[in-house]
Amino acid sequence: MLYRKTSTGEAGFQVFNYSFLAFIAFLMIYPFWELLIVSVSPAVEASKIGLKLIPRGFTLEAYRMVFESKLIVYGYFNSIFRTVVGTSITVFLCFLTAYPLAKKMLPARNAFTVYYLIPMFFSGGLVPNFLLIKSLGLLDTIWALIIPTLLSTFQILIMRNFIMSLPESLEESALVDGAGFFTILLRIVIPLSMPIFATVALWEAVAHWNSWFDAMIYTRSNRNVVLQLLLRRVLIEHNNEGITDSLQGDEGVVTKTVEAATVLVTIGPVILMYPFLQKYFIKGVLIGSLKG
Amino acid sequence: MKRCIKYKGLLLLLLPSFVWFFIFKYVPMYGVIVAFKDYKPMLGIMESDWAGFKYFERLFTNSQFFTLLKNTLIISTYKLIFVFPAPILLALLLNEVRHERFKKAIQTVTYLPHFISWVVIGGLIQTVLSPTNGVVNYVLGLMGVEPIKFMMIPELFRGIVIAADIWKEAGWGSIVYLAAISGIDQDMYEAAEIDGAGRLRQAVSITLPALAPVIVMMFILRIGNMMDAGFDGIVNLYNPTVYGVADIFDTYAYRVGLIDFNFSYSTAISLFKNVVGLLLLIFASKITKRISGYGIW
Repeated sequence: MLYRKTSTGEAGFQVFNYSFLAFIAFLMIYPFWELLIVSVSPAVEASKIGLKLIPRGFTLEAYRMVFESKLIVYGYFNSIFRTVVGTSITVFLCFLTAYPLAKKMLPARNAFTVYYLIPMFFSGGLVPNFLLIKSLGLLDTIWALIIPTLLSTFQILIMRNFIMSLPESLEESALVDGAGFFTILLRIVIPLSMPIFATVALWEAVAHWNSWFDAMIYTRSNRNVVLQLLLRRVLIEHNNEGITDSLQGDEGVVTKTVEAATVLVTIGPVILMYPFLQKYFIKGVLIGSLKG
Repeated sequence: MKRCIKYKGLLLLLLPSFVWFFIFKYVPMYGVIVAFKDYKPMLGIMESDWAGFKYFERLFTNSQFFTLLKNTLIISTYKLIFVFPAPILLALLLNEVRHERFKKAIQTVTYLPHFISWVVIGGLIQTVLSPTNGVVNYVLGLMGVEPIKFMMIPELFRGIVIAADIWKEAGWGSIVYLAAISGIDQDMYEAAEIDGAGRLRQAVSITLPALAPVIVMMFILRIGNMMDAGFDGIVNLYNPTVYGVADIFDTYAYRVGLIDFNFSYSTAISLFKNVVGLLLLIFASKITKRISGYGIW
């Protein structure tokens, strides 16, 4: 690093590299930027073709329409509900499973591990899962989106590996000091496991917030709609008509801005929280890629 | 037995997840017998008549089967060739950036699409590629190209899926490689520099070889997932005009099963796909174990 002389070739590469990466970043961010511009543009401007770098005109009409829709309110409520409730139960259950599996004294430890591993390699598939949810009477309830996704082998393994990396001597010394099983869990293991709890919680929360397929097949009524499903109706199902050019004229024009506003309202929480949570996510990936 | 009593606390903790796994993972595995039955919703799984291998015969004799197999494998292979190296390349380029803040900014921006759902990405791609007001057609228009209806052209569909996948995941995927790069001993670079190696030489002779184990490992894991060509991405991008090149086992099983309500046939398709996938996965994990000394668990 000290006194390096840069050759012309390297300087050229540096120029190329910086511009190329900046271009990549532009490609990543532009669609979101355009969305923002379109969402605050008057309808006529929004439908024009062109690079949308600065808004021409400003109106919050589209947002007003979006927030007036009852569906959005339902969607928000349900998305937040499934994310918060689902994530909390997941972290709790995942710990309950990972902790015993991390302990060598667990009776039949290998058998249990295999039991939890098998579903990682083989699953029933779409229809058997659907029939199960149906026969449990969960169809068209918000619980159909929460209960079937509570646990995954992958998360259990990551948490188990983390717990196994904690120093055994801490628990032993607590035992010697007369602490009981649950005291050790509450006072020692759980506080030390906070980083892995945060990791699993973040992943699970993003997964809940973004998932749409289970909502599409398990829920029907508007009362149970989640944001992603709503978005799919607005964006994909409508847009598929849009690309056949049948949607032109005023109606189509208004929808453009409403579409954009809906997307932004939906991805808003993720985008706003993301810069603050980024370092935890990264830590999570690295914990996840470590093997025990 | 004594141990069981002594450690009943631990066993008790396992109980809820044990039951949950049984219901939500093992019961659906039993449910695959729907593929061997003429499933009638009125009768349920038990009471429906046995159909033997009827639905598998229907699958294998259907010309659709080869289309599905071909599409699944082609899209997976494209992903191996194009999507897989993208994060490695990005990590290498980012590693050459000396300004910490510029690097951080690029990383933050490139990680972002990973957190956006495929529904939104699908919508964004359709907007950007729209023939009437999409920005891509605008740029092409500046170069005198007539508007192209990208989403309606079968020849372009796979390319769009692949590009979307790179766009969404390349930044995020680079994290693992950047971590591996930061673990490389800095002395090696200094030694190489004293020997007169330029940045490129260092990247080729030090960084890449040091990354090789990670790359090989990730590559083999990908091969284990060849049968999963990416349901989410395809379902949110395709439309009937491109079914012929876009349909993979998962998307077809979904349409046959939950849209046309042909439960048995759909289950047969999924089962075939899952069994082949399982074999690939076992094969892949055997190889990783041999190469890296440790398996995927």
